[in-house]
Amino acid sequence: MLPLSLSSAILALRQGRLSSRELTQACLDRCQALEPALHAFLTLSPELALAQADQADRRLVEWRKDPSQPLPPLLGAPLAIKDVICVKDVRCTCGSRILENFIPPYHATVVERLLAAGCVIVGKTNTDEFAMGSSTENSAYGVTHNPWDLTRVPGGSSGGSAAAVAAGCALAALGSDTGGSVRQPAAFCGVVGLKPTYGRVSRFGLVAYGSSLDAIGPLARTVEDAAALFEVIAGHDPLDATTMPVPRPALQLDGRLPARLRIGLPQEYFIAGLHPAVEAAVRAAIQVFEQLGAEVLPVSLPHTSYALPVYYLIAPAEASANLARYDGIRYGARAASPSSGGEALLDLFCRTRGEKFGAEVKRRIMLGTYALSAGYYEAYYGQAQKARTLIKQDFERAFEQVDVIAAPVTPTPAFKIGEHTDDPLAMYLEDVFTLPANLAGAPGIAFPVGFADGLPVGMQLMGPHFGEAVLLQAAHAYQQATSWHHSMPDVGKTLL
Amino acid sequence: MTITTFEVNTIAHLARLELTEDETARYAQQLSAILDYVARLKELDTAQIPATSSVLPPHAALRPDEPRPGLDRSTLLRTAPAVEAEQFRVPAVFE
Repeated sequence: MLPLSLSSAILALRQGRLSSRELTQACLDRCQALEPALHAFLTLSPELALAQADQADRRLVEWRKDPSQPLPPLLGAPLAIKDVICVKDVRCTCGSRILENFIPPYHATVVERLLAAGCVIVGKTNTDEFAMGSSTENSAYGVTHNPWDLTRVPGGSSGGSAAAVAAGCALAALGSDTGGSVRQPAAFCGVVGLKPTYGRVSRFGLVAYGSSLDAIGPLARTVEDAAALFEVIAGHDPLDATTMPVPRPALQLDGRLPARLRIGLPQEYFIAGLHPAVEAAVRAAIQVFEQLGAEVLPVSLPHTSYALPVYYLIAPAEASANLARYDGIRYGARAASPSSGGEALLDLFCRTRGEKFGAEVKRRIMLGTYALSAGYYEAYYGQAQKARTLIKQDFERAFEQVDVIAAPVTPTPAFKIGEHTDDPLAMYLEDVFTLPANLAGAPGIAFPVGFADGLPVGMQLMGPHFGEAVLLQAAHAYQQATSWHHSMPDVGKTLL
Repeated sequence: MTITTFEVNTIAHLARLELTEDETARYAQQLSAILDYVARLKELDTAQIPATSSVLPPHAALRPDEPRPGLDRSTLLRTAPAVEAEQFRVPAVFE
């Protein structure tokens, strides 16, 4: 039987009850068996994975001869990586036709760090194109199905990573979170997702979407496992000037809440439109925190309702600049240019981008280009950047009164495939509770707290900048007192 | 806020996107709806509010300027769709 959590797998590997090759092969077999139903992966890398697993096994054999030598913390553990994060020599599509042949010549810093920690990479997971979406329906390579109900989306944009972890195809995964893209799929698939503080984890080698918002974070079955990945990937990187030279946090996961923890409940997150069963699960979880000794206080984040319009100006504006590099010249695909002479190059740019970008990416490039264009810049982008300051100040004031803020992750459980595809605004509303943390640069963790109509419900805790240790400690204490994180979708159980 | 198909075409040209007629019509309608929605930001009085330039406290991002090896030319050219004589190949722009 496969260990279900990263921590139990690492223990089994060290005790010699299991080899990394056996574990990796079991994950790959499971991927192969479930892929037709789930489509969580865009590329599987079995040869690379088994080579890494054998290397880990050799290291484990050496270590058993001399257990005094230190062992890399995640040695031999099979992980999945969202397909917007570069793994050297493994195709990276970003869910887009424009990068269908792109093979990165270098590793992202987070991948370097995971490999140095001994991880095995089983494959690259499905994502909305360039991480723009909330369902993986914007992937050019087809939707990922939610392991809890195959007719529903897994959330997005890191939906492939969330589905892979929920179904046991990988013990943990990396995703990226620009407006909720780690936390929202974690909630929809019943796993843990951490969006670290902006500036905590290097984005070198993450394909850029909204550079003032993008964060790489782990998805895992337990808080303990997410913390183990976070500890490996966090830290200053000279190759990403936004990473802060702050020390890595000392994590204390002893099953207890931080002493005298004050939890703020923002009234603006408990609004009409919140699914009653989602609200009930979140409020029940808050009661658990109270029983564990937390003090729960009302707080206000008065500018919450402006987060969505702010996000949908700033993120597309940044995307329109970041995606200008896909021109059919330096990497990726190129469309044929019909003209010659002076127009040929311009036509090649416009054709390549017109043909190879999907509908949502083009929509956001257009929106961003408009918001930045002469005559509209101040009214749209300029005003959004000022409103962003108000949202950030809301959080700063709230964190003068409380240590963490508790809220639902999403207004509803996972929705049906196709439910929002004709209405971009309805899709954007799915991110209403996760966007504010990105705009404020604050960390947030999503973890399962129950079910609504048989579908997982998540709750999030948000913290002040560089406050991940408190979030992880509190969420871990909750998991020690409850058992939601042990739930497994039937599709995963059949292959245990 | 109504975005016309003429404006859509202007924006598409700025963004270097070739759109079909269908796409132009659809984006005119969808961008109008999205801009109507985001227009509620105008309610906010931000006259005294500075724009967020970074969510982080100011910090020195400078590092010593030391030469170190980068990726070599042939490695980088491998990612390009068309290459000739160790360079990116592009259409001729002069007759």
